[in-house]
Amino acid sequence: MASRLMALWDWFDSRMPSVGEEFRKHMSEYYAPKNFNFWYYFGVLSMLVLAVQIVSGIFLTMNYKPDAALAFGSVEYIMRDVPGGWLIRYLHSTGGSAFFLVVYLHMFRAMLYGSYKEPRELVWIFGVLIYLALMAEAFLGYLLPWGQMSYWGAQVIVNLFGVVPFIGPDLALWIRGDYVVSDATLNRFFALHVIALPLVLLGLVVAHILALHDVGSNNPDGVEIKKNKDANGRPVDGIPFHPYYTVKDTVGVVVFLAIFCIVMFFLPEMGGYFLEYNNFIPADPLKTPEHIAPLWYFTPYYSILRAVPPLFNSQFPGVAAMGIATLILFLLPWLDRSPVKSIRYRGVYYKSALAMFIVAFLVLGYLGVKPTTVWGQFGFDAFFLDTKDRATWAARVCTVIYFAFFILMPWYTAQDKVKPVPDRVTM
Amino acid sequence: MSDNQKVDKARRNLVVATSVVGGAASIGAAIPFVASMLPSERAKAAGAPVEVDFSRLAPGELGIFEWRGKPVWVIRRTKAMLDSLKAVTASLTDPASHSSIQPEYAKNELRAIKPEFMVVEGVCTHLGCSPQLKTAEAKAEMGADWEGGFYCACHGSKFDFAGRVFRGAPAPTNLTVPPHTFLSDSTLLIGDDKKGA
Repeated sequence: MASRLMALWDWFDSRMPSVGEEFRKHMSEYYAPKNFNFWYYFGVLSMLVLAVQIVSGIFLTMNYKPDAALAFGSVEYIMRDVPGGWLIRYLHSTGGSAFFLVVYLHMFRAMLYGSYKEPRELVWIFGVLIYLALMAEAFLGYLLPWGQMSYWGAQVIVNLFGVVPFIGPDLALWIRGDYVVSDATLNRFFALHVIALPLVLLGLVVAHILALHDVGSNNPDGVEIKKNKDANGRPVDGIPFHPYYTVKDTVGVVVFLAIFCIVMFFLPEMGGYFLEYNNFIPADPLKTPEHIAPLWYFTPYYSILRAVPPLFNSQFPGVAAMGIATLILFLLPWLDRSPVKSIRYRGVYYKSALAMFIVAFLVLGYLGVKPTTVWGQFGFDAFFLDTKDRATWAARVCTVIYFAFFILMPWYTAQDKVKPVPDRVTM
Repeated sequence: MSDNQKVDKARRNLVVATSVVGGAASIGAAIPFVASMLPSERAKAAGAPVEVDFSRLAPGELGIFEWRGKPVWVIRRTKAMLDSLKAVTASLTDPASHSSIQPEYAKNELRAIKPEFMVVEGVCTHLGCSPQLKTAEAKAEMGADWEGGFYCACHGSKFDFAGRVFRGAPAPTNLTVPPHTFLSDSTLLIGDDKKGA
């Protein structure tokens, strides 16, 4: 039997050798540093969740109807009448939040170990593009259930484009295809969500991995393993991705899926954070829900939007701040002037800056799910207090920290007192 | 191709010309796709004026009517509500509505044809949410100096009973007053003021 399989493989390999070549190049002869730790699970987990979303999405489209009159009902039909439909829907909705969770942790890993630094700038840029495409994908998909949050979330986000100077109103009209969010909007969002952006995402993932495999993986020490090769030209501190990391990652995948299943089966709404309660009410163009907030993964940027006051009678500054907050990530490789990559060998400046950045990001995220009145009001009045809501001022402080982390980075990373980096990776 | 090889200029020019024509053709081919996303003829045709009966409104009550898919409010303002408009003038962004959108006949302090009836689009000028009515009784929630008006829960903009925006809110201008005309003491036409069309 085994010899027959080998013969079959030889027959195939002699006719199409590129399959074996690519497998060796990217798996069995791709040398990854041997000191990967916990943080290195989130890349493979992102790919896993992408696959879960594509498969569950295909099955959802078999019963979903992208029609303003039928969409809400068709989702409820999937939940109640389609055999196993509830499972497929919860798989997709839980997968959406899981996708952002693992991607955020994956990005944080890159910031911890300087994985965006030279020579991995392109890996980082493709990664940020994936993140942006993912945000677009999540936003488009959120309109499809045609609930109250779907409708009003789309209304707000499309209007963000409407405040761009000069072309804004026409741009918003073009995106909606109507003067309000309507059936035309739903239909095109469906098209973009199920075909256009998934193709873009897959292409970007391929580019991300090709760029990574050309320069090689970084590691928790930020040491370039390619600088230290043995007689065969293999990095001394590298081990073949397959079988070593495929096996290790399988363990991570099993643990992740166990947690994922607990959420999917027992907490699919996650107390309103994964599926908002107002989205179980059909879209009503005449009434905005009492409290609207985007899903948790958008709230840090939503807080920045709310925190910036209008200037010269225009809401554009808030929208621009939100846009720049995401786009500034592209510049990270050039803003960081530190001679070392990993946080292990960085000085106190970068460590405190990163800690403050993470705290500010989390506080912005928390405030974004709450109304601006959540922390009450200041008891005094002053000329500079355009609003007395404490939460708005807290969000402003955090917004400043968010931007200061990037803008001051060339200065504090260059001044930082770094530790000597070892020649070999440490275990 | 190595550097010492002689470049055939004619052939090079042909390659450039072909690429330019091909590029132009690709851009041209994109036009019908981009244009197909503009509002359709059917979407453009919708949007006729609507006639509404506001006689059922009790003093202080808010009626919501749909026009062009948007909520339009008719508020029957009480004397207390009208008095509050004067009290808050100092804390408004655009008290005289210079940079806000309203027909000429509503460009006054009360922003209305008849002081008692305020007709305004219930769409926040920030990002398009529909604000909620918060009467002067909502002080516990809105702050001790709240005289009543509207609150947009999306991004915290506050408006008075004439749809004028308070300072410190993300909304830059007052709520928009749509063209409207009173047909009788109980009916109102929203979307047409018999001035233009």
